Amino acid sequence: MHPVLKLVIQRVALGLVLLLAVSVVIFLGTEALPGDTAQAILGQSATPVSLANLREKLGLNEPALSRYLTWLWAALHGDLGVALTNGVDIATAIGQRLGNTLFLASAAAVIAVPLAIILGLVAARYNGRWPDKLISGITLTTISLPEFVAAYFVIYLLTQVIPIFQPVAMVFPGMGFWERLHAVALPVIVLVMVVLAHMMRMTRAAILNVMQSAYIETAELKGLTPMQVIWRHAFPNAVAPIVAVVILNLAYLVVGVVVVEVVFGYNALGQYLVDHVTKRDLPVVQAVGLIFAAVYIGLNILADVISIVSNPRLRHPK
Amino acid sequence: MPDPAVGSLLEFKDLRIEATAYPPGEPPRHLLLVDGVSVAVERGQVLGLIGESGAGKSTIGLSAMAYGRGGVRLTGGQIVLNGREIRNADAGGLRALRGREVTYVSQSAAASFNPAKRLMEQVIETSVSHGVMTKNQAGARAVDLFRQLGLPDPESFGLRYPHQVSGGQLQRAMTAMALCPRPDLVIFDEPTTALDVTTQIEVLAAIKLAIAQTGVAALYITHDLAVVAQVADHILVLRHGRKVEYGTTDQIINDPREEYTRALVSVRSIQHAEKAEAPPVLTVANVTARYRGTTFDVLKNVNLAVAPGQTLAIVGESGSGKSTLARVITGLLPAATGRITFAGRTLSGDLAGRSKDDLRELQMIYQMADTAMNPRQTVGTIIGRPLEFYFGLKGEARRKRVQDLLDQIEMGKGYIDRYPAELSGGQKQRVCIARALAAEPRLIICDEVTSALDPLVADGILKLLLNLQAEAKVAYLFITHDIATVRAIADRIAVMFKGQVVRYGPKSDVLAPPFDDYTDLLLSSVPEMRLGWLEEVIAGRKMESAGN
Amino acid sequence: MRIPLSALVGMFLTASFVFMAVFAQLLAPYPIDSAVGGVWEGPSATHWLGTDTIGRDIFSRLIYGGQITIFVALASSLLAFSTGAFLGFLAAVRGGWVDQVLSRAVDLVMAIPSLIVALVVLSVLPLNLTVLILVIGLLDSTRVFRLSRAVAVDIAVMDYVEAAKLRGERQSWVIFREILPNALTPLVAEFGLRFIFAVLFISTLSFLGLGIQPPLADWGGMVKENKDGLIYGKSAAMMPAMAIAALAISVNLVADWVLSRTSSLKGGRGA
Repeated sequence: MHPVLKLVIQRVALGLVLLLAVSVVIFLGTEALPGDTAQAILGQSATPVSLANLREKLGLNEPALSRYLTWLWAALHGDLGVALTNGVDIATAIGQRLGNTLFLASAAAVIAVPLAIILGLVAARYNGRWPDKLISGITLTTISLPEFVAAYFVIYLLTQVIPIFQPVAMVFPGMGFWERLHAVALPVIVLVMVVLAHMMRMTRAAILNVMQSAYIETAELKGLTPMQVIWRHAFPNAVAPIVAVVILNLAYLVVGVVVVEVVFGYNALGQYLVDHVTKRDLPVVQAVGLIFAAVYIGLNILADVISIVSNPRLRHPK
Repeated sequence: MPDPAVGSLLEFKDLRIEATAYPPGEPPRHLLLVDGVSVAVERGQVLGLIGESGAGKSTIGLSAMAYGRGGVRLTGGQIVLNGREIRNADAGGLRALRGREVTYVSQSAAASFNPAKRLMEQVIETSVSHGVMTKNQAGARAVDLFRQLGLPDPESFGLRYPHQVSGGQLQRAMTAMALCPRPDLVIFDEPTTALDVTTQIEVLAAIKLAIAQTGVAALYITHDLAVVAQVADHILVLRHGRKVEYGTTDQIINDPREEYTRALVSVRSIQHAEKAEAPPVLTVANVTARYRGTTFDVLKNVNLAVAPGQTLAIVGESGSGKSTLARVITGLLPAATGRITFAGRTLSGDLAGRSKDDLRELQMIYQMADTAMNPRQTVGTIIGRPLEFYFGLKGEARRKRVQDLLDQIEMGKGYIDRYPAELSGGQKQRVCIARALAAEPRLIICDEVTSALDPLVADGILKLLLNLQAEAKVAYLFITHDIATVRAIADRIAVMFKGQVVRYGPKSDVLAPPFDDYTDLLLSSVPEMRLGWLEEVIAGRKMESAGN
Repeated sequence: MRIPLSALVGMFLTASFVFMAVFAQLLAPYPIDSAVGGVWEGPSATHWLGTDTIGRDIFSRLIYGGQITIFVALASSLLAFSTGAFLGFLAAVRGGWVDQVLSRAVDLVMAIPSLIVALVVLSVLPLNLTVLILVIGLLDSTRVFRLSRAVAVDIAVMDYVEAAKLRGERQSWVIFREILPNALTPLVAEFGLRFIFAVLFISTLSFLGLGIQPPLADWGGMVKENKDGLIYGKSAAMMPAMAIAALAISVNLVADWVLSRTSSLKGGRGA
């Protein structure tokens, strides 16, 4: 088998094992911690009898391992159970909200990725000069802000100081694409801000790393123009680390999106999760937690696979 | 000094090169790298630039393309190439000459080739982009050059990626890349320094032949006078950025005028009388070793002995297993089979199973003194720790003994409270020697202790080691790849090749014919400080292969 | 030694925040939890930063909130640091199965974003200060573990460590005399970054309603209380938000400077 294929298969398999382990941690971890779902639902005033009845009904008296396997088997078939608090089917509740979350995240990614690469290139090109210092200074500041603080700065600026947007982002089923886009403009701006800083800094570092290689000096000593040096010699080597950087930072979106949805009251997966954490609705938390973890792990696998595939040493073995 | 004739290919006039270093957290430091150097390169001739580290030889070499690395600035004088001043040329003018009139071969071709592109694409790039020839013409010329330089499968060699060929082949491929656009001048910047000695001679011969056949002029930069003597017509000796001496190769080698040049020429000429055989202090018997989790034997049935107060030199190239042998003897890598006897005791294969006396009497000195000393400890702590650890010496008594040891390594007062970063390379290695001596060992393993040092400094260390051996009667197991060092210091020699000892005995026997094939190749590959040596070796090898 | 202006500013601001937190009871002009003015009054001579959603003095609450924020962040970063650094060094020096078990466990925790792990865990655990400090501290210790293990592994392969082992030194000497002094500077810089992370983390949790519970309030919680005011153009929520940003940026400036010095610290008395 070609070594690249072998490595890719290994990496994907490792990712799946990791995901399985994460599901164990999410399920058994929450079960093992002090606290009891039945108690959580009924509150401190519950009678022992009603507690026992509810435990029986929820299957909480079964051994943890068999409950885990039942849960996992059902989850693999798309059955995530019902929410404890309102009895709604979790898979149905997630479906619509997942779409909303993906819409928000992709809108942010579409803007942030090219912008980050361009700014990273500019900062690397003018390494140590004023454009670099300006870009780096601004991004260092935004990295120091938690998502919700950044969000309120943007809201304050764009709804009060320059009132051009509404401070809430409501989307409904049946809304048109452009209508939707206008509705999510503010949360997208915030997400872009948050992701852009990390992505741009890492892109800049990846390019500088390549530009400091001896083969770039060789290219300069060949009397090539700066564009030829960058296009023929730097770019083929920088593209893999940049793609890896971009994907790793899309993973930041996974966290950013949770907070930003809460800030703007955007009805999607993140807010759904936070809501049900507050209500201590364990099946919902487990299901949504697993989805976020799966996306995050999936992105990490993708980044690794791209760096394997683009390595000339692996593509053309001795 | 002869007045450089008008119409030289390249002429440096009163060249001055400066740089500013920015050590993080400290104020910037101004450095004068090259100070008023004047020299010329004639068409079709080779000028050797020689000097120790910090002499400014690479900086001058790159200035022939008006190029300065990092913060290096060409601040004064003139650089005249083909009759025009290029020090102040604009970016377009510089691009026109780089890779066209002047090309460059670096020390590390492995790092200098783009890992993502095939060799051919890179070799013909300048010829095509400067419009010297078409892609097909350039390709054909590259194949010719590959053949001329003795590369395997010249027709298809260019299809490979850099990581698919060996270090010596890459160095030759880079030479082909430099010669392809038919430049007027090639700068060779230590092109063979990183190679093993048997590979070095092949590359050196290939370069010499290629220069002769293409008639190109060259600047050949190296720290090794014996190497440059084989290729250069003239030599410029540099020290601390200033000219020391300039002359024909013949004059520099056979009639050096300046004291510094004389020192460089006579370097490695330490003579050391071989001692008589004696009962051993260390015996290595039938030792075989492999790394954990592998099945490949890095050492195969090694047998050796070292006599008290004598030196056994272990000679070999990279991959010969000589450093692994040191790890086995010190107990860092337990041997798979075999037995090590030291001072009459059988040593445990494992470090944990050895007594404090076993550890004390067997000391080690490393190649890189920089990483062998804790940067956060003073010289006093570094040398004092074994005194305290093995002999319980404390306070004033310990300090006094440390000072005695510093005197012994010829460093004297004023160093005891310094940190390693405040010492020169040679001083660092001396402190490491003192640390080993502090344990009052019977045997010191010296692992390439002089190979990271400039030749004159290395000579000083070798002389010190010999003196200390005479005083303290300590035995050395001296691991090195350098035959000249072996001649200087050894009583007995073991030649290692692919994990085996292929030749072993007293120095006078090992270094005298008849030789086995590998020792013959190794010994005949070591550059000698005389003109015509390379031609003799090449001629000799051709005769042999013709005879076979 | 020359300290750049940015680091000096960072140090001064960080010190002032800590000073206000320590002496909150003496410095705050009004009590933490009583209405002393109207709802969402603007800044004035009596209420320097205005009043909040139920008429409490924002300046006083900021000072008290800073006390809680800095306390939780400091406690959890100290926990993260002691656990992470100890286990990281242990894994690096011992190697073998100890390293394998610790490293794989950390891989597992780091395979999920910290916020998601915290949310899942907090859906079961009671919400009090101890739980919050433990959750933030332990989650953050995984990063400290990775860094200190990497730093220690780099140092452990140095010849001077090998020389100490060959001399027959005990493991404690190797760790505390050979490795630790050389690992200190990057770890100090890392402590600053971990502290910032803890500040941002506790603020975010409180903002989501899963951190510090009323009537106590930290800066994140104060943003949450006053966020609706923004719709009516009241800037009350911006005060705690700016406090979070200012603290994080100040510590960052100091950490950045420490980090930039690590590469130059190959030895010498400057340290």
